[in-house]
This record gives sequence, structure tokens and C-alpha cells, in this order.
Amino acid sequence: MPVWRGWDKIKYQAQLDPAFAEEVTSIPGGEKLFDCIQCGTCSGLCPLSPYMDFTPRKIIAMIRAGFKGEVLSSHTCWLCASCYACTVECPKGVKITEIMYATKRLAIREGVSPKRFAIPVLAEEFFRDVESNGRNSEGRLIMKLYLKTNPFKALKQATLGLRLWSQGRLGIRSDSIKRKSELKTLLKSLEKERMVRSRRETAHAGEAK
Amino acid sequence: MNYLYFPGCSLKGTGRAYEDSILSVFKGLQLPLEELDDWNCCGATSYMAISEMKAFALSARNLALAEKQAHSRENFGLVTPCAACYLVLVKTQKYLQEFPDIGDKIKTALKSANLEYGGKVRVRHPLDVLANDFGTEKLASFVKKPLKGLKVACYYGCQIVRPYAEFDDQHNPTTMNRIMHALGARTIDWALKTRCCGGSLTGTIQEVGMRLSYILLREASRLGADVVATACPLCQFNLECYQKQMSREFEDAISIPVVYFSQLVGFAMGLPAKELGMQRLFVPFKFNPAAESVKGGIHVHS
Amino acid sequence: MSTPENKTNGTPRIGVYVCHCGINIAAKVNVAECVEFARSLPYVTVAREYKFICSDPGQELIQQDIRDGKIDRVVVASCSPLMHEATFRKATLAGGQNPFFFQMANIREHVSWVTFDKEMATLKAKALIAGAVMRVARHKPLEKTRVPVNPDVLIVGGGIAGIHAALTIADSGKKVYLVEKEPTIGGHMAKFDKTFPTLDCAACILTPKMSAVRSHPNIILWSYSEVSQVDGYVGNFKVKVRRKPRYVDEELCVGCYECIEKCIFKKAKFEDEFNIGLSQRKPIYIPFPQATPLVALIDPETCTEFRTGKCKKTCVDACERKAIDFQQKEEIKEIDVGAIILATGFKIFDATRIPRYGYGKYPNVFTSLEIERLVNASGPTGGEVRLKDGGKPNSVGIIHCVGSRDINTNRYCSRLCCMASLKLAHLIKERTGAEVYNFYIDIRAAGKGYEEFYDKLLKEGVHFIRGRVAEVSDWTMTADEEGKLVIRAEDTLIGVVRRIPVDMVVLAVGLEPSADADNIRRMFNISCSYEGWFLERHPKLAPVSTFTDGISLAGACQGPKDIPDSVAQAGAAAAEALALIDKGFVELEPNTAFVQDEFCSGCCTCVALCPYSAISFSADNNRASVNGALCKGCGTCVAACPSGALQQNLFTDEQIFEEIRGVMNYV
Repeated sequence: MPVWRGWDKIKYQAQLDPAFAEEVTSIPGGEKLFDCIQCGTCSGLCPLSPYMDFTPRKIIAMIRAGFKGEVLSSHTCWLCASCYACTVECPKGVKITEIMYATKRLAIREGVSPKRFAIPVLAEEFFRDVESNGRNSEGRLIMKLYLKTNPFKALKQATLGLRLWSQGRLGIRSDSIKRKSELKTLLKSLEKERMVRSRRETAHAGEAK
Repeated sequence: MNYLYFPGCSLKGTGRAYEDSILSVFKGLQLPLEELDDWNCCGATSYMAISEMKAFALSARNLALAEKQAHSRENFGLVTPCAACYLVLVKTQKYLQEFPDIGDKIKTALKSANLEYGGKVRVRHPLDVLANDFGTEKLASFVKKPLKGLKVACYYGCQIVRPYAEFDDQHNPTTMNRIMHALGARTIDWALKTRCCGGSLTGTIQEVGMRLSYILLREASRLGADVVATACPLCQFNLECYQKQMSREFEDAISIPVVYFSQLVGFAMGLPAKELGMQRLFVPFKFNPAAESVKGGIHVHS
Repeated sequence: MSTPENKTNGTPRIGVYVCHCGINIAAKVNVAECVEFARSLPYVTVAREYKFICSDPGQELIQQDIRDGKIDRVVVASCSPLMHEATFRKATLAGGQNPFFFQMANIREHVSWVTFDKEMATLKAKALIAGAVMRVARHKPLEKTRVPVNPDVLIVGGGIAGIHAALTIADSGKKVYLVEKEPTIGGHMAKFDKTFPTLDCAACILTPKMSAVRSHPNIILWSYSEVSQVDGYVGNFKVKVRRKPRYVDEELCVGCYECIEKCIFKKAKFEDEFNIGLSQRKPIYIPFPQATPLVALIDPETCTEFRTGKCKKTCVDACERKAIDFQQKEEIKEIDVGAIILATGFKIFDATRIPRYGYGKYPNVFTSLEIERLVNASGPTGGEVRLKDGGKPNSVGIIHCVGSRDINTNRYCSRLCCMASLKLAHLIKERTGAEVYNFYIDIRAAGKGYEEFYDKLLKEGVHFIRGRVAEVSDWTMTADEEGKLVIRAEDTLIGVVRRIPVDMVVLAVGLEPSADADNIRRMFNISCSYEGWFLERHPKLAPVSTFTDGISLAGACQGPKDIPDSVAQAGAAAAEALALIDKGFVELEPNTAFVQDEFCSGCCTCVALCPYSAISFSADNNRASVNGALCKGCGTCVAACPSGALQQNLFTDEQIFEEIRGVMNYV
């Protein structure tokens, strides 16, 4: 079937999820997202926006409009390096970095983060490593990452790894804390907890400021 | 002031030289540093991307351990050289304080592991400690080999000053510059001192991460800096270790030493290179101070 | 107009009128239930509901009930007394009863607009009605007093608003004192070259008005002067004005410039305030050629005679009229006026507060006001747009909303920067042929002929990029960026980040309340908004009045305003002042404090506390007494009096306690 360019640029209201914005903005301070005036300060300041499929400003507009699928499968939030430049300068106080974190968490939870994309893979490997050992071991982490995403890259990086190792900057053995069970108990008790807060709490926190 | 020391994972790995130099410098300045016992990973950005409550819990454990270890000591700080660890610890404290519902959940979780946190820890970056507790004037009196003539590009990176500007100006931080001036060095005035280096992207999407780091090095070189001073293990790693690849990728011969600010402090104090981890650098830092051995260097400003 | 006597004999008969206010109240408060409840209250003989009681038929209901002898006191449960207390007092009076036998229960602002739950709202409304009923039962008849109004007017601030108000009032034959703190009138407008959207020359339309002020027989112009004290009340203000010494006699000086020519400083070397530091002046100077009054002044900070006492004083020799007087002292003038207009203007946003735009760091980053001077034919470059090194810019970026619409600086929109930026874009392009880029969030061109002006610029080839600029910096990515200022912004309409190298950056700085706004506001006892702008009595229906009778506002001291709006408001403020003066008298509210002599111990606590200096102490009988004409009824003295000797009409202890009892006891 011939597909005209631009056909996919129409969005039917039925394809949108009106509850999406509420979900994302339930984090502390998240309601500020609705104050966005689409000025683009965030995207202009963001050193990574040139590499994002949607600029941070667009992501905010899309969240507000309910483009859940597009936002959660986008690379944008994963490229965010948490430098907070946008958050600090936003003229409306939108906590953009935290919004990016919130979309990362939702994408992981719903299993829709971009497949074989190194950044979420690294996050999950890192998470597992710390969950079981209490510390992360950079060497092992990077190795696992390359194996899961691009084994050829591992070869390319071998020289760098070797050099780091020779200068005592890369451990291969895994580091861990002594009281692992203490940490396990602590983390386990929060298994079901999420930062999502009820409307009332959000309103209250807003007043307190 | 008493100081506990939170190294974090990187200072035991890629950032070994940071640990070497911080420990040597603090010792040299007679500031005792005691490592936090059984500390765990701060969670960095990855944890926050998966479970924010667990991310807070990781930091809360560290804070609880610090409070316990400091027990009766009234005035103490948790010195945290890694920018990522520093931010995560500070952020956790803010959230526990400002959002009681989150604070309560974390408190309960800590309790289940027989831990407790009363909110008494002050998280401090070594830049803050050296400039504000110890003082640049006093620091200058420890200088044996002033870095006279050295042009330093002070690179702060993002997470020390953003989003919480705890000890410096968010838009134009100057703490590291003041320390460098105390060592007798000059500092360049550049617009990129808090621009992101790319963080962990060098490990994940290398092309992008490298480009961000390259922009910084290119500008520092253009402005004639002899060396880039950093205050974060990831910044130092990104800026230093990929220079060869960058030169190839961007067809621009980039070669500039990238050190930890603490290495320069130790160097100026006359501490042996080995104790400062100088041998671990990819791009060696060489500096032959002027023959004169002026004590202190605070009179030399940029 | 006379106030009828108290017509109550014995037990009060109270009418309660509960208003629906359309659905404003009725949507949240069960009005019928409130009426039913009111009927059960003591003294209530009539209780009714009505859709809009403030309407004529609504008021007629009340009047008829009084005339019919059914009631002698009135409670209306409706909106805020600020809105309609005066309306219903008049209605009570028209019905034949003392207007102070009236009490209002605010069940709109205090109940229906702020309570979500209908049952709770109804309960609260009932409580307030009960309080009002119990209170009004204790009201006493009161009389308003009349005092004459002084026909002279004080106008503070000699910008376009102050000038226009002064001329309007003076032309009607009234006397005006115009006080300006700068050495010349003209304000910000005097610095502009052209005005939007018509591009007519600012000087051509302003300077005739300035000289009209100077020559008007009914205007006393005191420039280089500031109000230092304000006492009194509407119709009878007593004002002290501090006239700063110019060290040049205003009566003698003719503005011939001889003294300036002959000053021992051959070259001008001190920052010229009028040109915002873009040029230099001598210690003796005239701000600009059309300055009004055209009188020189000496800046003692830079004058050698003041600094060392050892100057040859060539200026004195040069002045044929012997106008220079190093001994001149500050002078305090005391005047009586009936009305005051504040037209104290604004200041521009300090652009160094946004470091990422590089103002103060990169020499070729300018504020819009600086550019106004550069494009001005009588400015420091004779109208040439020049970079700091004297070169001509080939590309210019204009950044909108600097210090506006930003929670980190000012939240409000400064309203005129869009149009001012468009005007500058046009002028820069016209004078230099440069590529001009406007970086905007929204173009706010809502005014007569404004959109058409925007259309014109689009046709002229001025670039418009919708995106708030992230940073202005000197780091480079490409060869063409070398040596330029690089503007980085997201082009939000395209969705990409753009880096645009330019030679010159113009920051369209927002407007802020003037630096001394806070002092002025305290001195004149008026309120201000959150941001510090002077607060109008009502945002729609009383936009030039203040809460202090007799004081009105004109121009940007009330909020950012362009020239047409400032002039319009100045006309309105003049009309308010004239209406007051022409009436010839004011009626004073009787809710004043009074001393019960038998309880006064003469401790004088109240005397010092009274913000209006209305209380005096007599040593003869060791008693304080209140001047009813000065008392504003603020209640400070009543609350402070340790022996309870001070009471206030309409707020006696008995009335307040009864109101509380009403609120507490009946629901």
C-alpha cells in the first residue's frame, strides 16, 4: 500500500492516554509540568538535545497531550545525563530532570524502553549489581554491557580496558559490602513502594513551599 | 570539624588517583579523614532510573551509617569527592526533609534493617571543605611549589552545583578557581566550566559522550589552558581517557592533561607524585615550577 | 444630604436579605435554607432571598420593607463589603433609616468561592448571617462629617504620565505641583528615538509637552526634588518636598552651556547617567539638550571644587548671570494639596541577574534601553548603531523576555518589550542593514496597529525564531563562529537547537518597580502587589484609584505600561483628582476611634502608635483625644489601649462580642 509522507502525522484522540500526564506528574513537584510555556530553554541548554529523537520541550508537550507510547519508547529520557541545566534555568520551575527520571521508571516498569539500547541496559545491570553486592564494579559492569548490546565494541575497547587495568584503575573482581543481608532487608521492604503520590499530598507539598 | 570519608565505587576503581590525592592532601593538611565503614554504592543515576525509593534507601543507609559512626561527635561532615555520590546524598537529604511521606517510608524501611537516621549528617564536597573550612589563605601557607605560570581550566561539571548550589554560585562557581589561585596558578575564564561532560554516555553511546567531552577539551585548549582540573571521577575519566579516540574521530589533535584538583593541591604542597596517583594518568602532567621557591602563592591572581 | 435620626423604639426589627448572586453563591450555599434559618434568629422580622440584591429592584425590596415599617435594621448576606457596602448603606438611607443600621455578611468571597462542600458552605453562611444579625442589633446611628477640599494637586514623577496629568489638571485652571527626582522631566520616554507602532519621533511629541509644563502658569515644577513627608488625609494633605541643591540658581540660569564649556575638565570623563554610561559628561552638565528645566547642575561627587576646594572655578567666571552657587543648600518646601497623583514610573531589569546572557561580561551585549540611546539621533553615537569597538554590526540578535515570565526573576509579562523589540529590530535593520534575529516566546502585539507593525517587520526580512535563548557565549563550534557571540536556542517551531553567531546581542529587559517604590508606598500609605507595583483599588472598575482616598496612580508605577496606556491612565487619574476638587468637600467615614475620658489614664501608648498622628495628648486634663478628621479607623489604638478607654465607632467591644456570639451560638 502506498504510504503518503505525513500520514502518520495525524493523531486521533482515541490513540492518546489522557491519564498519562497525571501519572508522570505525580512525583514531588511534578505538577509544575503543567506550567510549561514551551519556550525551549530546556532544549537549548541541554547538551544532549541534538541527539534526542524528541527535544525535552517536545517530550513535555507530548506528556501533557497523552502521547504515552511515543514518550516511553523514545530515546530522549535515556540520553538525559542528569546535568540539571534545564531544571535550574526553567522559567516556570518545571523539574525536567525529574520528569525524565519518571519516564525512565515508567518505561522500565512497562517494559517498553528501547530494545538493545545500551543506556537502559546499563541501568538494569547496574541496578542488579548493587542490589546483590551493595557496590558496583566498573570493569564487570562494562563487560556485561558490551556483551548484551554490542560484543564487537568490547573488542574495540579492549586496549582502553587493558591500559586502565595496568594503571590500577580497573578492577575485575567484584567488590561488595560486608553486611549484605542488612541491605537486602532494607531494599526488600521497599519493593512495592513508588514515589507516586496522591493528589492531596502533592497539593500539600506545593503549599508548604 | 571532624570528617568522615565516603569514597564511592569510582574512587576505588577508575578514580583511584582521586582517592590517592584526596587522602594525601587531607593528611598533609592535618585534616583527619576516616573512611565510612561498610558504605554502599550511592546508586548514581541508574538507580533513580529504575526505583527512586530504593535509590533513596541506598543513600539513607549511608547517611545512617555515617551518623552512627560519628556518634557523639557534634560537628562533622561526610566528605564526598565524587560529584554523583555528592549529589545523590544531598538530594536524598532534601527529599527526606521536604516530603514527609517519602521520609516516613524510608524511615520505616531503615527500621526493618535495624538502621536509623536522624538527619544530622552534613554532606560536604572536598572543594567546599578546603575553601570554606580550611580556608584558601591557610592552604596557601602549605604551598611549597607554587604553580606559578600554570594556566588551569577549572572544570566543575554539573552535579556539584546543580540543582542544589550548596556552597557555590550555581551559574558561576569559583571555589576551585580560588583554590588554584592559592596554589599560585592562573585560571582561564571560560563559559563551559559547568557544561556536562556526557557522564556515563562515553560507556553507552560513545560517539555522543565523546563529542561532549571533546567540546570541553577543544575550548580549554583554544583558550590556552595547560591543564584541566576536575572534581569528579567520571568527568576526569571522560576527559582524559578518550583523547586518542577523539583525535581520530574529530580529526583534531587533542592532548591536554586532565587531573583532579586535589592532585594539583598535593603537587603544590610538594607531596610525592606517587602519593597523588600521578602515575595513573594517561596524559602525564608535567610542570617545572619557576626556580624561586616562594612560600604560598595567594598573591598571584589570574 | 442629612442623616435621619434613629427611628428605632425599643426592640430592633431586622430584615435579612440573602443574595444568590446568580449562581456565584447559590451554587454552593443553600439560600432557601439560610433564609429559613434567618427567620429563627432574634429580632428578625423579615427574611428574603433574591437573585441579585444589588440590582435596583433588589434594593427597592429593602427600601420598601423599611418604609412599610416592617424593619428598622438591615443585614445583606452577599458579597464583600468592599464591593457593595456603600450600595446597601445608600439603600438603607433611601428607605429612611440611618445608613449605619446596616451590616453585611460576606458569603461569597468568604464562603461560596472558597468552600467546596455545599453543606459546609451553607453552615458557614448561616453562622455569618447570625453574627451579622446580632451585631446590627447593637449598631448605633452615626453621622458622616464633611470637610472642605484643598483645590491644589501634587503629582509625583515627571515622566510622560506625570506630564500629561499635570497639563490636564493645569489646563482646567487648577494649581499643580509637579515633583521630579531627576534634574529634568521627560522620564524614560525622553531617551527613546522612535515610538511604536507609528515610528513617530519621541522627542517631537514629548518635548512640546515638556516645555508646556515649564511655561504653564498653573504648574510649579520642582525637578531634582523628592517628597520627604506626607501627612493629612483626602482633601487636606500636608506634604514636604526636599529640593536637592543643583549648585546653580534655577531662576538665573538660561542653559547657555558656557559654564560647561569652560569647566576645568577639558574632556567629559564621568559616566553620563542619561546615556546609561554609553557616553561621558563633565561635573557640571545639562542632561540633554531638551532638558526641562534647561538648567545646569553640578555633581559634587566629581566636581573638583567639592572634592578638594581648590578649583579655579572657571565655570563661575564663565557665567554672566552669576547663577553658580557652591553654597546652595537643600531646601524643604511645605505644601497643602487636596489630591495626589503618583506617576513614579519603573526601572529596567538588571540584566546581570541572568549570567548566561553575558551582560557585563561580553562588551557587545546591550540592554534595549542602551540601544534606544544608540539609535537616537541625539544619543552618544548620533544615531549610529555601533559595537563597542566602533564597528558596524552585520548581525544582531534580540532576546525577548529578559527578566520577564520567569520564576527566577519576574513572573509577570512586561507587556511592552515585544513591541519595543520589534521597533528596535526595524531601526537596527534600517540603520545598519544587519541581519536581525528576534528570539521570542510569544509575540504579544495586542494594541492598536501593533499586529500590523509585526506584519511589516515580517515583510522587511527580520528573522523570528520562536524559542527562549538558552545562552549567549563565546565558545565556538565552527569557523564562522570565531570571534562572534553565539546565541543558542531551540527553534521550537522546527524542533531543533540552533546556534546563531551574531556581532551584537540586545536584551529586551523587562520592567520592575522603581528602586524607591517601597519608600514611596510607605510614605503615601498605599499598598503594592506581590511584585511591588502600586496596587489599584480594583483591577477593572477602579484601576487608577488606590485604597487611600485622594491618591491615584498613573503610568508604569502601577504595572508595566506602554506610552498610550500611560497617557490614558494619566488622563483618568487627572479626572479623578478634578472630580474630587470640583466637589469641594469630602465626607469622612464615621468609623473613627474615640476616647472614653473616664477610663483614660494618660499613658500615651496610643499617641505614638497612631499611624496617622490623629491622637493628641493634653497635659491639662491628662487625657488623650482623637481628631476625627485624621482618624482612619484602623483600630491600632483601640487594640493597644491598656485600660480599654479607646473605642471605635462601628467596632465597639459590645458589637464585636455580639457578632462572635452570633457566629458561635446559632449553628
